[in-house]
Amino acid sequence: MTDLPVIEVRDVSVRFATDRGDVHAVDGASFAVRPGEILGLVGESGSGKSVTATAILGLLRRPGRLTSGSIVLGGRELTTLGQQELQKIRGVEVALISQTPRTALNPLITVGQQVARLFTIHSGLGKAEARRRAIEMLTLVGIPEPERRARQYAHQFSGGMCQRVMIAMALAASPRLLIADEPTTGLDVSTAARILDLLRELCGKTGASILLITHDLGVVAQTCHRVAVMHAGQVVEVAPVRALFAHPAHPYTRALVHSIPRTDRTVAMEPIPGSVPSLLNVAPGCRYAGRCPWVEARCWAGKPGMTEIAPDHHVACFAVENGRAAAA
Amino acid sequence: MAVAALSPVWRRLRRNWLSIGALALIALMALAAALAHWVAPYEPDDTDAAAALAVPNIHHWLGTDIYGRDLLSRIIHAGQVDLTVALGATALALVIGCSVGVVAGLYRGIVDLVIMRCVDSVMAFPAFILAMAITAALGNSVTNVLIAIAITQIPNYLRLIRSEIFRIREMEYADAARVVGNPAWRLMFIHLLPNALPPIIVQGTLAMGYALLTMAALSFIGLGIQPPQSEWGSMTAEGAQYIVTGEWWLFLFPGLAIVLMVLSFNLIGDSLRDFLDPRMRGVR
Amino acid sequence: MPRLLELDDLKVHFPLRGTAVWLRALKEGHASVVRAVDGVSFHVDAGETLGLVGESGCGKSTVARTLVRLARPTGGRITFDGAELTALGDEAYNRIRPHLQMVFQDPTASLNPRLTVRRMIEEPLGLHTALGPAERRARAEAVLEEVGLGLEFADRYPHELSGGQCQRVNIARALVTNPKLIVLDEPTSALDVSLRARVILLLEELRQRHGLSYFFISHDLATVRYLASRVAVMYLGIIVEEAAAEELFDRPAHPYTRALLAAAPEPDPEAKRDPFALSGEIPSPIDIPGGCRLRARCPLAKPVCAEPVPYREVAPGHFAACHLL
Repeated sequence: MTDLPVIEVRDVSVRFATDRGDVHAVDGASFAVRPGEILGLVGESGSGKSVTATAILGLLRRPGRLTSGSIVLGGRELTTLGQQELQKIRGVEVALISQTPRTALNPLITVGQQVARLFTIHSGLGKAEARRRAIEMLTLVGIPEPERRARQYAHQFSGGMCQRVMIAMALAASPRLLIADEPTTGLDVSTAARILDLLRELCGKTGASILLITHDLGVVAQTCHRVAVMHAGQVVEVAPVRALFAHPAHPYTRALVHSIPRTDRTVAMEPIPGSVPSLLNVAPGCRYAGRCPWVEARCWAGKPGMTEIAPDHHVACFAVENGRAAAA
Repeated sequence: MAVAALSPVWRRLRRNWLSIGALALIALMALAAALAHWVAPYEPDDTDAAAALAVPNIHHWLGTDIYGRDLLSRIIHAGQVDLTVALGATALALVIGCSVGVVAGLYRGIVDLVIMRCVDSVMAFPAFILAMAITAALGNSVTNVLIAIAITQIPNYLRLIRSEIFRIREMEYADAARVVGNPAWRLMFIHLLPNALPPIIVQGTLAMGYALLTMAALSFIGLGIQPPQSEWGSMTAEGAQYIVTGEWWLFLFPGLAIVLMVLSFNLIGDSLRDFLDPRMRGVR
Repeated sequence: MPRLLELDDLKVHFPLRGTAVWLRALKEGHASVVRAVDGVSFHVDAGETLGLVGESGCGKSTVARTLVRLARPTGGRITFDGAELTALGDEAYNRIRPHLQMVFQDPTASLNPRLTVRRMIEEPLGLHTALGPAERRARAEAVLEEVGLGLEFADRYPHELSGGQCQRVNIARALVTNPKLIVLDEPTSALDVSLRARVILLLEELRQRHGLSYFFISHDLATVRYLASRVAVMYLGIIVEEAAAEELFDRPAHPYTRALLAAAPEPDPEAKRDPFALSGEIPSPIDIPGGCRLRARCPLAKPVCAEPVPYREVAPGHFAACHLL
């Protein structure tokens, strides 16, 4: 793909200052989201995926701060912008769908008003026109009887419907990038499936790219085009989804894929050995070293860079580089 | 090594210097009051006609009153009464209010109904009027003032604890405690009450200040603690008469004692609550 | 195999309150109730694991809560180890408690934030056994090690533990009195996918070592497939299908089960997705339609579905409630 990526995150590091020292939440994360694709950002809790999203949106607050790296959105460097300029970008070029849709909606005004407001603010439309566009958006996200529903309040919507409203609001200003942070947490299996279908459909229809943050490999397998895997704040592997599941390269990715049960057959699960290292005053080097069966001396000394082991398939691992950790 | 272990504590202290200062002041005054006999330079009732109405000087740091009694010594001794009543009344109100509030919150239904209507009747009176009425009915003494103030405070704690209990009883650890087999009283006092306390603690420290003020106001109008027993409020009341004639210290210093105490109690409220919360260790 | 737990036509109805409800009841001539559990029967044999799956609002959590007396049944019977739970007074029920314990859904929220791990694990021992302090301590430490937490965790507070560690503490607490049956309410749903394997394997190991039985509730079908020997599917207060685990997942009979399996995302991009799906959303359990409860949403619905549905054996040991089978 020779198109410029919608967003390019390069070597981003985030630290949080606490009483006991610095928590290195993100360490040199690099990935890009291409036009029209859904990139999955996968990791356990504490892997830094949500913090990365917060950094992209410029919403990092003390005690967290971006200590290095660049985030380029459509050619613009975001890390040097002030809050005023970031405010113009948030919601317009980058939008966020969060985990708890019901709490993100204003309980005091109707759903229709909330969506319409966005059109008034970002596109400067008049009330009637904004309302018309709001109904259009609600239809786009698959809300039945949009005219009637627009007059209702958030508490009258189910969890799945609230999430659809959030998606409608996120897409109101036709952003180029949609960040979906665990959008299906708390939703039922069938509702979650439909929300993911909706996201895929909208990606195609509106041309927006999606950065889908999740810890669920099932969601990733069914929805994403490419995947970036994070472990303890470091991006360890980036690959197209088929390649990631068929030939996981990084030891963590491999362990992850083998630790998950399936519904269509009974598999032998192997839990990932060890546990996520503490990110407090952490030593340099690969953070999987303490849990890795192929660990070498240099893994502790410095973080491995990303090497391309197959077309478009990048891994950050010394053992994979020198062939010790043979592909699965 | 020890320094490294202390450094998170030191960082916390540095952030909360105001509260630490307040706590130090309270501790200092409490200690001085407790050891009044040894700390005070003079006996509070020692008269010295020659030094009557003396401006603060090297012999009498805060001056003397019309009988030549050293003001500093009187303030220190009076601290015993003030702090005892403030602490005692708050503690009494807390214990009664919380116990009854927990019962109301846990059992709900008719029990809650009856308790709350009693609370409503008490709260129907303005607190100070109620304190006045009770003191007048029971008679002027330290104990009675303590009881009167405690009664006016009970409804606050009761209602606060009750609403906290309503919130907590639906939480999963309350369910887990029931399933494990805890009888109602253990559920109340070991699982629910300790978790309902944080807002109470803040309220309690604020209420200490209120108790002090109520006591002072009662003495000011001639109820409760009366001379010869010295108490900051009554001292301020007496001292007020001398402003016109220029003896400013008789009014200022007892009043200042009240202000400093109330301010300190208010300042430590939030910090005390955070300090008692196991979750707040090591977090900003 | 003796039946350890048996539910017979369990019903749990919650009356609705409020003036609007009352007026409506006057108009319609009957009271409005939420029929959370509306006639559920199943059994758990000693040493086996029964999984109950369903989406939110189907009543599975209410079934679990009724078993441990956090909710009262409106009808039906629960028999545990020969004793009829529904007929027991509070005192007598308390004697059953050490044998019937529960692990709750949210691992952190089910631990008292002001108590240490040690105190929480020792608590059931203090309540139900006559062990002295030293013996309680020793037993608590032994159980802590069994669930894979070292002794250094004993004096920690819940907020100092990760979700996975909190869940282990919950399991330790449920295990400490040597129960016969443990009710598990979504034991892995609040955990990261990568941690689920550990907890699942731990549960299985404990079950085999102690001869435990599990009754567990989940919407995570993959976990259920792994852990359960038999599975029941619940929808709007009733059981719509029951079979051995592999049988249910490989050959689902009821349309609802099919739809659930179709919606569950497989961690495999090559896996073919069954396009079978239900329309609409789960209706409220207040006004439940007569006949088959899935009728309004089922793509295969026929006129016969308006009749009361028979619960039949459609294959050996495999039961389903559907007209079309």
